[in-house]
Amino acid sequence: MKLPNLKSISEGKRTKSDKKSSGRLVDIDMNPVVDLAFLLLTFFMLTTTFRQPQAMELVMPAKALDEAVEQEQPIKESKAMTIVMIEDNRIFYYMGISEPEVFESSYNSNGIRSILLEKGREIPDLVVLIKAGELSNYRNLVDILDEMAITETKRYALVDFSATDRKLIAEFL
Amino acid sequence: MPKLQSKSKSPKLDMNPMTDLAFLLVTFFMLTTTFKAEEPVEIQNPSSRSEIKLPESNIVTITISDDGRVLYGLDGKYTRERLLDFMASQHQLSFTEEQKRTFSLLPTFGVPISELASFLDLDFEARNSMEQSGIPIDSSANELAEWIVYSRLINPKLRIAINGDEETTYPVVSKVISTLVNNNVTRFNLITNKETALEDEASES
Repeated sequence: MKLPNLKSISEGKRTKSDKKSSGRLVDIDMNPVVDLAFLLLTFFMLTTTFRQPQAMELVMPAKALDEAVEQEQPIKESKAMTIVMIEDNRIFYYMGISEPEVFESSYNSNGIRSILLEKGREIPDLVVLIKAGELSNYRNLVDILDEMAITETKRYALVDFSATDRKLIAEFL
Repeated sequence: MPKLQSKSKSPKLDMNPMTDLAFLLVTFFMLTTTFKAEEPVEIQNPSSRSEIKLPESNIVTITISDDGRVLYGLDGKYTRERLLDFMASQHQLSFTEEQKRTFSLLPTFGVPISELASFLDLDFEARNSMEQSGIPIDSSANELAEWIVYSRLINPKLRIAINGDEETTYPVVSKVISTLVNNNVTRFNLITNKETALEDEASES
């Protein structure tokens, strides 16, 4: 019952458009074009990433060519601050070098950032030694380098995690 | 009769402006899209506040996956071709024209040089699905250092970026960094995601 009905409708349409075309411009059905355009639009919108990767810059000290020069320049103990990063996103810091008192901190803005800001005000030429433990991850490293940039700490260095640090942290824990 | 007709059909919309707009947008997205090369490993970059943009050309990307594999990516088809020639002569290996062509179209790879030839012989699908073992970075056979040295020889303007996954453990990153420093690359970039203020607050609470 329905099929003939449909047919008659389409036929009716055709005659109708035939009638019209004689009077004015040919009427093109734009719907498929719009469909296609929007399909493409959706595709490109979903595949496009406007995000150009961000990057932070890291400058490492050049390796000295001469053995004699390679002797590390001693840092004034009063100006040294050491940040130790270990597994499970835990972070510690201590001031000075010999027999320091270790404190635990955290990566959020009330943690290490406020300490860095505070110490930076107290000590003009603060030198931060960053020691990343074996089980700390790359995110920790980037986070702490980011903190250096945020707190505008100019002097910092990535230093190897030593046995003394391990002992200090073990004692603290 | 005409009256009846106008009632039976639905109101007709002029689709032309809509089409115009849609195609304008399509054109815009088509022109701004750069298709991202398929990465052999998925990397979740850590986020930072840094706002330095990474240059688009003359760049070496050292990818470090979360399980510690190192992959090397150099931009430029021609540079890659020359790089392979250098490495081949250094290791007394020879590559066929077909292998060289495949290599020049490879944005990122992570296999030891000894396995490179067989890796390049694989067809596209197999190569993409293969788990690449990573470039050796041990001090005994540091192939990463060689790739870097020759890349810089070909293009002295190269900048080096480390594309690390946030879960990568530090020793691997440290090895890569010391490899760079040992080869007089003391200034390099770490690729990060832009940290939004919202994310920052979320991570703090």
